[in-house]
Order: sequence, then structure tokens, then C-alpha cells
Amino acid sequence: MSGIGVSARRLEDRPLLRGEGRFAADFNAPGQLHMRVVRSPVAFGRLLGVDTEEALALPGVVAVWTASDVSELPPIDFRMTRIEGLAPYRQRVLATDYVRYVGDPVAVVFATDAYTAEDGADLVFCDIDELDPVLDPLAEPTLFMPETQPGLLSEPAVVGKGYGDIDAAFAAAHRVVELTVRVGRHSGVPLETRGALAVHDAKTDTLTMYGAAKVPHYNRDAIARMLGRDRERVQLSEGHVGGGFGIRGELYPEDVLACFAALRLGAAVKWVEDRREHLLAANHSRDQTYRLRAAVDVRGFILGLDAELFTDQGAYVRTHGGTVTDLAAGLLPGPYVIPAYRVAGHIRLTNKTPAGTYRAPGRYESTFARERLIDRIAGELGLDPVAVRRANLVPEEAMPFHRGLDTLGTHVVYDSGRYHDLLDRTLAHVDYDGERKRAAERRAAGEAVGVGLGWFVEKSGLGPKDLARITIAGDGRLEIVTGVASIGQGVETVLAQICAETLQLPIETMRVVHGQTDRIEYGMGAFASRVTVMTGSAVQIASLDLLANARAEAANMLQSATDRVSFAGGIFASPAGASVSLREVAAHLESSGRTLSGEGEFAADHMNYPYGIHIARVRVDRETGGVAVERYVVAYDIGRAVNPMLVEGQIAGACAQGIGGALFEEFVYDEGGQPLAASFADYLMPTCHEVPTVETLVREDAPSPLNPLGVKGAGEGGITAVGAAIAAAIDDALERPGLISRLPVSPARLHALINGGP
Amino acid sequence: MSDKTAITLDVNGKHYAVTIEPRRSLADVLREDCGLTGTHLGCEHGVCGACTVLVDGKPVRACLMFGVQAEGRAIRTVEGLADGETLHPLQKAFWENHGLQCGFCTPGFLMLAAGALEENPEMSEEEIRDVLSSNLCRCTGYQNIVKAVRLAADEMRTRRP
Repeated sequence: MSGIGVSARRLEDRPLLRGEGRFAADFNAPGQLHMRVVRSPVAFGRLLGVDTEEALALPGVVAVWTASDVSELPPIDFRMTRIEGLAPYRQRVLATDYVRYVGDPVAVVFATDAYTAEDGADLVFCDIDELDPVLDPLAEPTLFMPETQPGLLSEPAVVGKGYGDIDAAFAAAHRVVELTVRVGRHSGVPLETRGALAVHDAKTDTLTMYGAAKVPHYNRDAIARMLGRDRERVQLSEGHVGGGFGIRGELYPEDVLACFAALRLGAAVKWVEDRREHLLAANHSRDQTYRLRAAVDVRGFILGLDAELFTDQGAYVRTHGGTVTDLAAGLLPGPYVIPAYRVAGHIRLTNKTPAGTYRAPGRYESTFARERLIDRIAGELGLDPVAVRRANLVPEEAMPFHRGLDTLGTHVVYDSGRYHDLLDRTLAHVDYDGERKRAAERRAAGEAVGVGLGWFVEKSGLGPKDLARITIAGDGRLEIVTGVASIGQGVETVLAQICAETLQLPIETMRVVHGQTDRIEYGMGAFASRVTVMTGSAVQIASLDLLANARAEAANMLQSATDRVSFAGGIFASPAGASVSLREVAAHLESSGRTLSGEGEFAADHMNYPYGIHIARVRVDRETGGVAVERYVVAYDIGRAVNPMLVEGQIAGACAQGIGGALFEEFVYDEGGQPLAASFADYLMPTCHEVPTVETLVREDAPSPLNPLGVKGAGEGGITAVGAAIAAAIDDALERPGLISRLPVSPARLHALINGGP
Repeated sequence: MSDKTAITLDVNGKHYAVTIEPRRSLADVLREDCGLTGTHLGCEHGVCGACTVLVDGKPVRACLMFGVQAEGRAIRTVEGLADGETLHPLQKAFWENHGLQCGFCTPGFLMLAAGALEENPEMSEEEIRDVLSSNLCRCTGYQNIVKAVRLAADEMRTRRP
């Protein structure tokens, strides 16, 4: 029996291990056409025309479309964080009037096989009058589409937030500490590229898109709206998904084109992008610059924080709207009290791939900025960085802590936390003093070794609500139907374990349905570390509901009063000693045409806030600028761990991505706006050589009071403070406080810094 | 480019007669013409290793080899790793040790490790890391993959006569 707290092996794994997975590219339909996107080869220019004649003449090519063929399709709308002023910057499914980044879809080719579609795409000629691209998000805003959208500037909005008396804070300051930092352009880069198969069943007039991910219900509604169809006539179906990380499963132009084409061309349409396309066209993320000013007292306590940040949003504003900027602005203060705060978050468009969210969006960046600031404060005041953190941490007795501002439309209220306690435990756990001492000894012996620490507060469990239905058939098979999505994180196992905790049945008898819009009327999907919190709570409620229904029936069968029937080990027993199992109750109900079932809905107005600490020990090679991560520890209080093995897996995986962003990964552009990281040879993700064995200290000290399980999300905290901890460790290794102000710390960049460069 | 060649491939001990364009990659032939979709394409430029299969016992990137080049060779894919319902020690170890999350890179890692362990069953942890560094995983942070391969190697050694 694998209830809550057991490191059960996953229900998901067997087909994946046997090569029996069903990923997007594995779906096929008879007579399917293959779609290939023709993309802009230049970063910015006036689109004068597209010559499709030669492509159309190629045998096997069925159709070629440009913007004029799909002009009835509206731009792709925002799913989240709809900020006033963003609407004119939404992306159309095919570039209209202007191309705005290398990779901007200009045309689509449909052919009878994938190779021919690609051949056809090579024959499409785009006539573009090239313009100078805008690549610096800090530059003065310029015109978005100069001739066709006069007056529309490349700064669509500025997100302002704040609380407290910032002027008084600066007037009372012992010292003002200033800092500018920058985080490079990274993205989730799941190993599976995007793909879809759109099939129209003429008999039922139903359009189904296979290969859905992340938010199938939302995307079903959005596609239906764009195509002008009833949403009942559009279904999305999720197979296996080869990683999500925020970027996969958002609604992209290609999804809409495939669906539209299946209707118009009267054939199933399959689209699978290649890796170069993925790196050019799927959402980028990060790429923020922070200018911080902190008013501090003699202890390094921050009296007030005045912040300005810039998000390089890329060419258009996609489905996330202002999410990343909003989250960064709302959560920059992190675990610290900071009684006065003012922030201006500039959303800036450039001629790069459009940006969205990537695991811990706005927090990886803001945590880097804030923790670098704390280290700077410690450096300028001659204080110990840990002592400065201790002086600023929100005390336990202040929980729940009302930050006094909103993000993602919810009040930021830290629901629970024992920050000082976790700091003490973590320092003891890693032998922090010993680590520092040994690093100092190794430095004295000539090595460049250092230790760094970063604090973070995550957010999880975004509402508004989720639904789960559980049924048990007469043969004992249990089905949990949810509106959640799986992006590979172990949803099925975790939800089954939550159900098993109540119903005391083996998880192997359970089947968890997710990502099927035809099975449940709504579902919010998998993002923002919400699945275990929201859907998990709904499953818990549904399990209790089913148990109550079963108990009533069992009482009838046992001729006893409902409240006198006990339940243990999956078996109901009466005081007289008669017993009946849950399965027998289900069979009994089934024999009379009824089904044993339960339903649960869980709603939440507020997010909850897991938190933790990262500690890194690194060794710098002064000759090459290379950084080796020798030890990495993540302490993370998630309230309650449903499956500790999976929690540790989330932390280790997230941490590896964080190390990638801290040391290697970056979407770099040349001065013409040509992307220089358009393959895995140039966008450098860490291999098992660059990633150490990540040590985890998973704590359950502060369960969330906001849900019946006490859980908080575990999916993102492993990445959040990596940049901060590694930067601090490099500073320490080189004994140059404040040296690192920009990520990634690539060997070339660090080599230049070591040798006195900028 | 429509000149097609008829060839027969030996995949997991079965013969597949296929008629393919010479430019078609082995990975596409396995997936589209043989219906063996367990071999995954993650980059199609030979870096990620998701498409790793064994050709005459050696790990090969199926995206960097043409299907026609594989004629007369013994090809093994992830579909051939288990013995019926009994999982291969590597598959078992990946399952027991949470060596996969999304599972997309898993077939490539399994075949890479299977080939390497057949060649050298006595690999040290450092050698295992060296071999596994040829493939990319974006979910796990690798530590459970390394652990699973090490434990499977132990298991495979004790099983040998």
C-alpha cells in the first residue's frame, strides 16, 4: 500500500521503459498531410511578399499558405496576466506586414510526407525589406511596426507595484547600496520538440488535436474561439509529453495552423518541429536586467528597496501576457521583511524569439538579483552574508505574512514558514562553518574554491479550482479522472498515492486520466507548481466522498448503522464482526446498475509559498574560467512530501537546469539579430559531467494551512536560487565580493573578469 | 528525391522489408517505416542521443545514419530490450531508482548503457559517467540515471555464469 509519504516507484514508467510511449510525433492518422513552417531568415523587416509558386509546383505539395490565406484568424490571445496595453502586440499565426524575429512564421507548406514538406518550404521565397533590429531591451523604446502601427512603441507596459513609505526609508538610511545585475536568455528546452496531429471527424464534426500538453482545456477553448467553433466540437488529447518546464503546451501559431488546416484541407495534419525550429520559435525566457537601490541600517536590515527591472519580451507578447514581469516584481522581496518597496517592471520588445515562462519564472531572475544585493550589502558593511540574511528574514511569528501587494491577481500572503529554523538546520546539515574553513584552507594552498548561499521563496498552488472524479468498477479497477496535465513529473503516481491514503487500495489498481478534454468539463492543467496542491486536494476530497458513499452502502450490506461501520485496510466491518471490502461494495452496486463513485472540487483564492536555501561549493579554474560545481545542497520546505523520491527527483532535475542557466546556457544574437545558439552544439545544456549529485534536505516544517493535505509545490524550488548560490560561491572562490553580476558565468566571461575585463 | 530503394532491415531479430529514399535517416525508417516509435528524435543533429540504437552491438545515433546504410547490420532498439514481459536489468533499475521523468530520453540512455555494458561489464562509476555524458536528459539531473546504470551493471555481473 503506497499512501502519502511513500517513495513508490511510478505507475507511469513501464510503457516509457519499453518504448511504448505515445509522444506527439508518435500519433498518426490515415491520409495525413505534413505541415512545415517557413520562417523568417531575418530579425526585422517589412514583409513585401512571399513567392510560393515554385513550392506549389513540387509534386506532393498540396497547399502553401501565407498570411492572406489565414487573415480571418485573430492573433493568439493571452492566457494569463492580461495587462492593459498589451493587446496590439499579440502574435498572429503567420507574419503580417512585418517579420519581427528570425523564426517568425511567414508561410506553411502542406505535403504528403514530411521530407517533401521540408523540400517545399525550402522553395518558398520571402521578399523582405530588412530593417535594423532592436536587440537591447534597455535602449529607448522604438516603433513596433513603424509603417502599419504608427505610434506603437516597443514598451507595451510598465508593471508598477509597491507598499510602505519608500522616501522615508531612504531618508532614514545608514547607507544606500546600489546594484545592477542581469540574467541571460534561457529556456526550458524539453527533449521532445513540439508537435501536434489535428484530425477532423466529419461524421461528428469534431476536431481533435493530439499532442496537447500543459493546459489542454484552456487551449481547447482558445482554439475553438479562434476557429469560430463550438467548444464541444473541439477536443484536445494529451499523450506522453517529453518535458514541459513552462514553455511546452502554451498555445503557439503552429497548433492553430494545424487545426485550421485539418478543417480546410479535409485531411489530418501532422506537424513536428525540428530542434532548430524549437530553439528559434518556442518561448524563450529569463533575460531580465535589474537596477536595485536598497536603504539599509547598520545591521544590513533593508529599510526600503527601490527597484527597476526590464524584461526582454522578444518580438511579440504571447500567451503569458505580463506574467514573468509581474511575478518578478511581486516576488523580488523574497524571504525578507523589507518594510517599504517600490518597483517598476518594464516590458520591452526586441527582435528576438518571443518570451514566456520557464520553471520559476521571474523568481530565478529576481532571486539572483536580491541575493546578490544581500551579498553586496554584507560586503559594503563588512558583515557576514548569513548574518545579514538572518537580520532580514521574515520571523515565524509574522506568519501568515501579508506582503502588501498582488501577483497573478492574488494577494501575496506567505501562508506559513519557519525561515530562521530552516537556516539553522541547513547550516548545520552542510557543516557550513567547516565548508567555509576548508575552502579557505584550499584557497591558501592556491586553489580557487568558494562557498555560496542563496535564499528563495517559491509560490505554488495557483487556483482558481480543480475537479476530480473517482469510480471503482465491480472488478476493483479504480479510475481517477482529472483535468490536470502530465508533463513527465509523475502526476499519475502522486494522485494515486493521495487516493490510496484514504481508500487504502494498491496504486497499481488505479488509472489516472489527465489531459483529455472529452473526459471532464474543466481543468486548469499543469503549471506554477499547482498539480499536487490543487488536483491533489481535489483527489483527496473525491476519495473521502467515495469512501462516504461506500460506507453507506457497506452499512446496508452489513445491516449496521453507517457510523458504526469501521474501515481499515480497504475493508468495512460491523461491530458484529461481519465485513465487506471496498471492491465487494463496488461489485454489489454494479450488479444493481449503479457505480461506486466520488467527486471532489478544490478551490483556492491564494497561492502558497514553499521556501528554501541553496548552498554551492565551486572550484574555479583561473586559467580557463571554467567553474566546477563540487557540492550542491538544496534545502526545501514543501509542507508535506507525497512521494519523497519524486520530490528529490524534481529538485535534482530543476537544479541541473539552474546550473545550465548559471554557467552555460544562453541564447546569444549577433548584431544583425541572427541567433547564434540554434543547435545543441551552441545552446549548451549540462551533461552528467557538469552536474554534481545534488543533495536534498526536504523538510515538512511548515505545512500549508490552505489545503487539506498541507502540501506545497515541489517542482520549481530546485532551480530558483542556483544562479544566486553559484555566483556567491564564485565570488568567494576568487575572493572578489560582488564580482559576478551577470548570468551565465560562461568560461569566456569569467576569464575576462579574472583578467580585469568588464 | 523520389527514387526509392528496397532494402531489408534486421531489427531486434525480425526482418523488415522497406522501400525508402536513400536520404531517409535510420531513425525515420525505424519510426515511420518499421513502426518502432520507441526510438526518439530530440535534435536530429547527433548531440542529444535520444535516438541511440545498437548497430552490430555498438551505440549509434540513428539520426546521423541513413536507413540504407543499416542493411545487413543487426539493429537493436528499445523495443527489443525486454525479454517478453520480463524487463532488462537496466529497465528495472531505471524504474526502481526513478531514473526517468518524462521518459523521452530514456530509450536512448537505455540503449547507450546496454551497448556500453555489453562491451565492458566492469565499468567504474567514472567510466559510466563518461559514457552517459554523451546523451542529454532535461528532467532528472542525471543522478538517478547514473545510479540506475551502476546498479544494473552490478546486477548483470552477478547474473553472468
